[in-house]
Amino acid sequence: MSQLTGAQAIVSCLLEEGVTTIFGYPGGAVIDLYDELMNSEKLEHILVRHEQAAVHAADGYARVTGKVGVALLTSGPGATNGVTGIATAYMDSIPVVILTGQVPTPLIGNDAFQEVDIVGITRPCTKHNYLVGSKDELVQTLREAFHVARTGRPGPVLVDLPKNIINGLITYEPPQPIKMDSYQPNTEPHPGQIGKACRMIMEARKPVLYVGGGVILANGHEELAELATKLDIPVTMTLMGLGAFPGNHPLSMGMLGMHGTYTANMAVAKCDLLISVGARFDDRVTGNLESFAPHAKIIHIDIDPTSISKNVHVDVPIVADCKRGLEAMNTWFNNQQDISVAQEKGKHQQWFDKIKTWSDAHPLGYIDDNDSSIKPQYVVEMLDKLTGGDAIITTEVGQHQMWAAQFYKFKLPRHFLTSGGLGTMGYGLPAAIGAKIAMPEKTVIDVAGDGSIQMNIQELATARQYNTAVKIAILNNKYLGMVRQWQELFYDKRYASTGMDVAPDFVELAKAYGAVGLRAKTKDEVVPVIKEALATDNTVVMDFNIIREEGVFPMVPAGKANTEMLLV
Amino acid sequence: MKHTLSVLLQNKPGVLSRVTGLFSGRGFNIESLCVAETIDPTVSRLTLVTSGDESIIEQITKQLHKLIDVIKVMDTSEGVYVEREMVLIRMKADAQTRAEVLRIIDIFRGKVVDVGQKSYAVEVTGSASKIQAVIDILRPIGIKEIVRTGTVAISRAGMSK
Repeated sequence: MSQLTGAQAIVSCLLEEGVTTIFGYPGGAVIDLYDELMNSEKLEHILVRHEQAAVHAADGYARVTGKVGVALLTSGPGATNGVTGIATAYMDSIPVVILTGQVPTPLIGNDAFQEVDIVGITRPCTKHNYLVGSKDELVQTLREAFHVARTGRPGPVLVDLPKNIINGLITYEPPQPIKMDSYQPNTEPHPGQIGKACRMIMEARKPVLYVGGGVILANGHEELAELATKLDIPVTMTLMGLGAFPGNHPLSMGMLGMHGTYTANMAVAKCDLLISVGARFDDRVTGNLESFAPHAKIIHIDIDPTSISKNVHVDVPIVADCKRGLEAMNTWFNNQQDISVAQEKGKHQQWFDKIKTWSDAHPLGYIDDNDSSIKPQYVVEMLDKLTGGDAIITTEVGQHQMWAAQFYKFKLPRHFLTSGGLGTMGYGLPAAIGAKIAMPEKTVIDVAGDGSIQMNIQELATARQYNTAVKIAILNNKYLGMVRQWQELFYDKRYASTGMDVAPDFVELAKAYGAVGLRAKTKDEVVPVIKEALATDNTVVMDFNIIREEGVFPMVPAGKANTEMLLV
Repeated sequence: MKHTLSVLLQNKPGVLSRVTGLFSGRGFNIESLCVAETIDPTVSRLTLVTSGDESIIEQITKQLHKLIDVIKVMDTSEGVYVEREMVLIRMKADAQTRAEVLRIIDIFRGKVVDVGQKSYAVEVTGSASKIQAVIDILRPIGIKEIVRTGTVAISRAGMSK
């Protein structure tokens, strides 16, 4: 037990939680905490250029490491600027703790300078949040915040820190196990439900594994691979699930949903058993609900009971950590001595033959015009090839995001960082910086569009300040391409406000920030540009001048059945 | 269908707005809501009447459980509960109607809590349907104002889940 200032106690709590890096932006309400950070050699602070980027960077850091990311923002506008980052992390279940400064407690509610009710504002977009009302609550609140962020279905937790509490003297007690009466997430699957699900899998002739980000969050990819290969079950992944199962594995059918593969969408439509693991039947995945997996019994493993039977009725619900649920299934099958594995595998042969007819008929692809123009898909294919498919890829939101998801064959979990739920343009660059800082030895590439990249372009300065050699591949079509594609298909080609004819010269802009800028105007320049970028030990912006009106296909029009795909 | 949910919560600032924010943010209905401290001052009980089909009620229950400060959620239609609501009604009460108002209130085991020159304020307690019945009967005589508490519920002896 010792007397510390609030700021010292906060730093001690962060170190106790194993935090080594925080992303933030200073201001009056947190100036004392920043002063204390200067005394700590163990905590590295990354100064971003906009608070939204601090939260995205902490989010990117969390996604690649599995640890809790930490962002530190000042009160008022500092906190409100962070809201988009917080909502992004919330929708994708990413463990982040956001510390915000607040005006001193006697001033709260007085419309003080840089005062905002950030706890009220972020209530619907955090897993939980706290206003530290007295100095006695400070340490316990911080410990709870980390516990809540990382356990159960992970998510962002905000702690609002009034200035007088950061400054006050408190009694610091060493950590004790966290006990919260009203928060005890269940991680262990019910054995009866596991048995029921496994018997259903045995009876199925046309099963499909439908895998979401929950498997990655739970580190359950090995257990998933064991189950899929043991029983020969084809796998499709959501956008958030990419990397949970190797994209180049023969059992992988790729992504499903609005821009999923023909094979995956047909297989889900025709399967007799859908085994959903850590996915939430999002509207971008299901299309028209009536015609989603209409012939299938559904098993659903998820840590969050609210995700089960929310949009689609589930026959066998299993509330559990995805890793534990998959493990229990594998154990169940391993214990069935009378099951011949070879026999099990043979049962799906007709199903595989059917799947092959779909993938032969409409493989994922694009039309190569055989001229010098650059197809965006070709750029992603070359990124995949030249990085050996094991770079960390972040994206912004739009067409480039879908091309990255379709044409980069993710082999490993925690290698694809994208705003799947909220769909936040401006996510990719700061997330890439967070990822690169966490994993300096990895190649980190932000696949971006010319629209999205401008939403947080200022973070080039952050990347430069910390010698963060992230690579940015702009698929530049001078359009807000995804909206333009919808306008082309459904709005009679009326391109309302989607032309981006005026944009900075990205090569010169990169140079202005002290980064390297490269441009490819023709197809034969693509590979040399990527090679040069990968060989350069600096932040590199690659400007690929792609053909302007390429579309993302397959595409399921909003509200249609997944079998009603528009194909290439 | 109407459901009465009885919810135990941590008695902390902002908890009520977490619950009401959940309902408004997800488009669920609140028909009435009552909240006060329990015998344990660190815990509050919130009694809430909502409506929806089975899947909506299931989703509401799960979403409430998911709030970090929610300790327990009980659906009173699943157990054996006593439900009560109180209403205060200000009635027009002149020479012609006073006796009639008193008779009706007596039938419903209510009482007069305030008397004025031209009005009575009366109090009636009972199930939501009894409250509705007394309002329907008093309405033709002349109701000036109604204040209802919303439903509260308690499990019957030996029946608590």
